[in-house]
Amino acid sequence: MNALRWTLPLTAWVLSPLMLGIINRVKAFFAGRQGPSVWQLYYDLFKLLQKASVYSRSTSAVIRMGPSVVLACMALATTILPWGELRAPVTFVGDIILLAYLLGLARFATVLAALDTGSSFEGMGASREVQFAALAEPSFFLGMLVLVLHFGFSGLSKMVSEISFETWQTSGVLLTLVGCSWFILLLTENSRIPVDDPNTHLELTMIHEVMVLDYGGPDLAFILYAASLKMWIFAALVVNLVVPMHSLTPWWQAPIFLLGMVFVMILVGVVESILARLRLQQIPKVLIGSALLSLIALIVRLMG
Amino acid sequence: MKDRGMEVFILGCLIPLVLGAFALAIRRPRIAPWVAAFGVWLGCGIAAVPVIRALVGSVPPSLQIAWNMPGGSLTFGLDGLSAFFCLPILLVSPLAALYGCQYLAHEKKPLGSVSFFYNVLTASMLLLLAARNGLLFLVLWEVMAISSFFLVVFDDEHAHVREAGWTYLVASHLGTGALLVLFALLGKQANSLDFSLMARAALSPTMAGILFVLAVIGFGTKAGFIPLHVWLPEAHPAAPSHVSALMSGVMIKTGVYGLLRILTMLGHPSAAWGWTLVIIGLISGILGVAFALAQHDLKRLLAYHSVENIGIIALGIGAGLLGLAWNQPVLVVLGFGGGILHVLNHAVFKSLLFLGAGAVVHSTGTRDIDHLGGLIKSMRGTAVTFVIASAAISGLPPFNGFISEFLIYLAGFSGVRADAPGTVILAIAIGGGLAMIGGLAAACFAKAFGVVFLGEPRSSHATHAEEVSAAMRWPMAVLAAACLGIGLLAPAAVKLVLPAVQVVCSGSPNATSRVWEPGVPARAYEETPYGVTANASVTTAMASLMGVVQISTVLLLLAICLYLIRRYLPRGREETATGTWDCGYARPTARMQYTASSFAQPLTDLFKIFLGTRKQGTAPEGFFPQRATFETQTPDAAREHLFVPLFRLIDRALSPVRRMQHGRIHEYLLYIAIVLVLLLIWKAGSR
Repeated sequence: MNALRWTLPLTAWVLSPLMLGIINRVKAFFAGRQGPSVWQLYYDLFKLLQKASVYSRSTSAVIRMGPSVVLACMALATTILPWGELRAPVTFVGDIILLAYLLGLARFATVLAALDTGSSFEGMGASREVQFAALAEPSFFLGMLVLVLHFGFSGLSKMVSEISFETWQTSGVLLTLVGCSWFILLLTENSRIPVDDPNTHLELTMIHEVMVLDYGGPDLAFILYAASLKMWIFAALVVNLVVPMHSLTPWWQAPIFLLGMVFVMILVGVVESILARLRLQQIPKVLIGSALLSLIALIVRLMG
Repeated sequence: MKDRGMEVFILGCLIPLVLGAFALAIRRPRIAPWVAAFGVWLGCGIAAVPVIRALVGSVPPSLQIAWNMPGGSLTFGLDGLSAFFCLPILLVSPLAALYGCQYLAHEKKPLGSVSFFYNVLTASMLLLLAARNGLLFLVLWEVMAISSFFLVVFDDEHAHVREAGWTYLVASHLGTGALLVLFALLGKQANSLDFSLMARAALSPTMAGILFVLAVIGFGTKAGFIPLHVWLPEAHPAAPSHVSALMSGVMIKTGVYGLLRILTMLGHPSAAWGWTLVIIGLISGILGVAFALAQHDLKRLLAYHSVENIGIIALGIGAGLLGLAWNQPVLVVLGFGGGILHVLNHAVFKSLLFLGAGAVVHSTGTRDIDHLGGLIKSMRGTAVTFVIASAAISGLPPFNGFISEFLIYLAGFSGVRADAPGTVILAIAIGGGLAMIGGLAAACFAKAFGVVFLGEPRSSHATHAEEVSAAMRWPMAVLAAACLGIGLLAPAAVKLVLPAVQVVCSGSPNATSRVWEPGVPARAYEETPYGVTANASVTTAMASLMGVVQISTVLLLLAICLYLIRRYLPRGREETATGTWDCGYARPTARMQYTASSFAQPLTDLFKIFLGTRKQGTAPEGFFPQRATFETQTPDAAREHLFVPLFRLIDRALSPVRRMQHGRIHEYLLYIAIVLVLLLIWKAGSR
């Protein structure tokens, strides 16, 4: 049983690059192109790992250690995520707080590595990243509080494994509100449209991509892989929240979970295809809106 | 055999005093600080023995000496709460003293007095924590305030230092004024100034409320609750850095200690007290870090972060008080536990940050972040310890700041009851508030570390920086190791906090918690329903902390492994060095880097209604712009809009009284005589 629990992190480590491939295929479909293969990121990672690296003369050990710290944080954060009723390998009361702070540490390392180059572009990206993170984190915790109110406070695995069809009948509104709030967080934290555009590097309005301008070779591979793991983490949170796993038989949970992940990726692809990016000044409003969704859910729960 | 713990402790406090006085008499300026620092090391080493024994659960030592003072008695004691608050002093004070010897080595002026007052400050803080009599407490409180005032004005040839010292002195004494009233009222109710008798005073709820407000004002001024924090951003930058480390890391915590000590005497707390502290905590936490973001003086920035961390501590204590009021052991244990543990954690990383800032100032001669940059190349050791402290203060794992914030989160979330809206509001305050404070603190320290240590030097100050000497580096290394050590030994650290939490709860005459007093055998307490729940929550929290520690350890190992893999992966392939990618612009300069002000600008704009940042400058004009300037200033809002107008008002109201003050000594003698005669008449009349 314990060994079985490791299947989820292993799946995440193996399949997460595929998820970004799916998004790109959906976007290509909307644009009427054929698009790259869904396996493209695997090829890219393999290619980058074989390359040599180029470092700026302005940099220090910080940029050399940054990618390792970021990847370690993301890889460990996946061990906290459950898979339906199959508990995560690591679960304890309050594990989701650690999850949020592991993402925080990864962000801190990325930002410092960006400032290490001394480039004003990367400074801009870093400045925006920390601004949006300070607004996104309260929103995440407020959403979690709705779950805590409903199921009592325990490990993430225990809380989400209790979501069933009955939960949806009695408190579907709450789950929808929190689901929407966390989906906005997914878009923000993973630098997707409408907050950021993962395709362009050179505009002055970039956030995440501009922070990783000066990476190359194996470092860039680490960063890209960590980004795909981060996407997996947020998507898994949304899927665990929305899919009533408790009502499914154990054998169905894994396939349904993966199907849910693919569905979230398609949704991200659709959002990216039909929306334009927001003006930078509008993004705090989106994030505060996302926090308000969770706050409304809390009020609904308390009134009801 | 009689326990001599208290005598040993007092001996430990007297040694720094004696050697400090000796340093005062030494003529050769180079030796005086070393003699005084030796006294601090010796004294703290001796005092550590009874403190550690008190923490691991032996009977708390106490001592009473006769004192020929009405209402006063030389009563000392060392319970779990006092002993825990001694820990940061015993750790930080010797390290900062050693650092100070080197830091002041280039000074031309005599160093006897600064060394003496440093030792007086250390000794008075230790004795203050052990004092068990109101009068003794106030005397030591005053000694502490005045000795730290003399330390703040060390560079008194500068006008701004004198002004900062003046602000500190006034603020400190306004706080003490509230404490005088507090102890007078409480002493009158109890008919004694001894803490043990004051704790038994029967207080009406109104009286208890008044005393609580006085304690929040009096101790909050020292601790730095907004809006009483005005002295912190003035005094910390003005003082020598090792003194700022001691004051910001340790001294302001005596305010927290005083508040907790008074809470043990006020009986069962009302929920309103808890809410007061939660609100103060939120305001101090969020606005403290917002003001810190807007600063570009490194030490001023750190001073505002003290306000932020005091806010986090107040949030934890507020949650604990609400737990007492609502009779919810989980809130009590985890709220107080997290708040008190954060006292130690903040002492470790904040003193480390001030020492790091001091090393930067020592080596570059400027505190302005926007003039620095690229120091990691010339000051490697300082940079490594500074980045560890930055991660710790931002509450990031695997360092110690995360542990105490984690406990406070646990308190908020575990206390949630769907049928009690109060608990949900508390959880929103803690969850949303701490998350926001953490995010903003990470932003601020990404700025502080990033702009000071990374990138390219922005001025000649930074170009010519050199690493500081070993006597300054080692104290920082020890504190950095403590940041990681407490993070990885979290369950042990929490065990040290629990006795302190028990003392804080002992004041609540709640039937369920009365048994939770020091001295009562653990078994009797564990069998009450309250004790069972409290113990269960401790057990759960310990299990969670074990999980956190495991993940933290694996995180460290994994990051190191990945780094090694990454390092040896491109074996044989060439590593190229080039310029930072500049979008094709041919002549980038270091001045084009993002500065601290530009980095923080989006966030300070979000808080602009509170900050009132003033922007001045001339924009570039025309096709071939010649000159452009830009400058921002963020003065303290509480000082500008609350205290300056208030003091002006008081000044105007009292100006008629000024006629009494002529500077003629015989008139003053007359005043004194009149007062004495009136006192005699009053005393004789009341017989």
